[in-house]
Amino acid sequence: MNINFTLISQALAFSVFIWFTIKFVWPPLLRAIEERQKQIADGLAAGERGKKELELASQRSSEVLKEAKQRATEILTQAEKRAAEIVEEAKENAKIEGERILAGAKAEIEHQVFGAKEALRQQIAGLAVAGATKILRREVNAKVHADLLASIEEELK
Amino acid sequence: MASDLELTPTSYITHHLTNLTVSVSDGPFWILHIDTLVMSIILGVLGMGFLWLIVRRATPGVPTKRQAFVELLMEFIDAQVKNTFHGNRHAFVAPAALTIFVWVLLLNTMDLLPIDIMAWIYEHVFGLHNWRSVPTTDVNTTFALALSIWLLMIFFNIKVKGMGGWMHELFCTPFGKNPILWPLNLLFNMIEYVSKPLSHSLRLFGNIYAGEIIFLLLGMWAATGVSGSFFSMILGAGWAIFHILIVTLQAFIFMMLAVVYLSMAHESH
Repeated sequence: MNINFTLISQALAFSVFIWFTIKFVWPPLLRAIEERQKQIADGLAAGERGKKELELASQRSSEVLKEAKQRATEILTQAEKRAAEIVEEAKENAKIEGERILAGAKAEIEHQVFGAKEALRQQIAGLAVAGATKILRREVNAKVHADLLASIEEELK
Repeated sequence: MASDLELTPTSYITHHLTNLTVSVSDGPFWILHIDTLVMSIILGVLGMGFLWLIVRRATPGVPTKRQAFVELLMEFIDAQVKNTFHGNRHAFVAPAALTIFVWVLLLNTMDLLPIDIMAWIYEHVFGLHNWRSVPTTDVNTTFALALSIWLLMIFFNIKVKGMGGWMHELFCTPFGKNPILWPLNLLFNMIEYVSKPLSHSLRLFGNIYAGEIIFLLLGMWAATGVSGSFFSMILGAGWAIFHILIVTLQAFIFMMLAVVYLSMAHESH
């Protein structure tokens, strides 16, 4: 157990090894480890973000679905209403048209009745004149009573 | 084995505990233990070189098994330092702790090499008569480490707190600011500053040295006959297995104490 120059040389060797470790061994390994830690942290954060985004997207999709359903219901209701309206309108139109046709028919009937009446009246007048003529031929001179006959004819028209 | 000497217990142990020395200058201090120095430098270069080779190609992606091993080691030490040291540990303390742990562990592990086989190899392959494998059984190594830490401790004390802050701490802690207490405080701190490197280095030295001595004693027992060989084999195996724990534990304790001392230097009371 004798202290000698070995101590100093060992201390020198020690300091060289420490310097070497500080300079060449520790920093690259520390860098690698820290880089990996960062990568892992980033990965975890990305995963978390993805999860959150998925949650958001599913929420949004359900919202969209709900809205679409609601809209479909609305459209259906509107369509039903519109259909009812169309039916109502058609009914109305049909009624108006029917009435119009009815009125036309009535007018035609009236017209025809009028025509028939007229023809009948003329025929009656003719018959009356003929009858009167027959009666008067015996007693009345046609030339004398022509005015009278004409006025009767006129009246019967 | 010392083939040219008569084999006695004393010569056996002395042989195994003698360093290969070189005098670099006159005087008893200027002696260099070549074996200690060469072994520790080889092991340090191996350990740090191994780390460097793997760390050079470190990727942040999926690590290779070797990189994972080095990362495990680094994160283990980093966690210990983090618990003790509150500052920018990556600048000095954590890498220094890694160096200490790896280096001291490798130096201690040499203790597990079979001592007589290694002596035979050193003698007959490398022609080295005296060659001790375990640098931490040389008190110079442990003192070198402990005193380096001690000097760093003083350096960081002055760097962090300033000369005035450090002096204030030396005179005013732990008992109080009263001038009457100054001598007592200083004495207390002096004792602490002396005992820190002593306990730090001698703990490591004592444990590993004692381990080596036990291996030597078992080796001597093995030389006494068949039953001695048998028992020393079993006990040697047991001691070696137990020593794996001691070797690791002492390296860890040495590192932890270094970290604690450096942390204390950074924090004011």
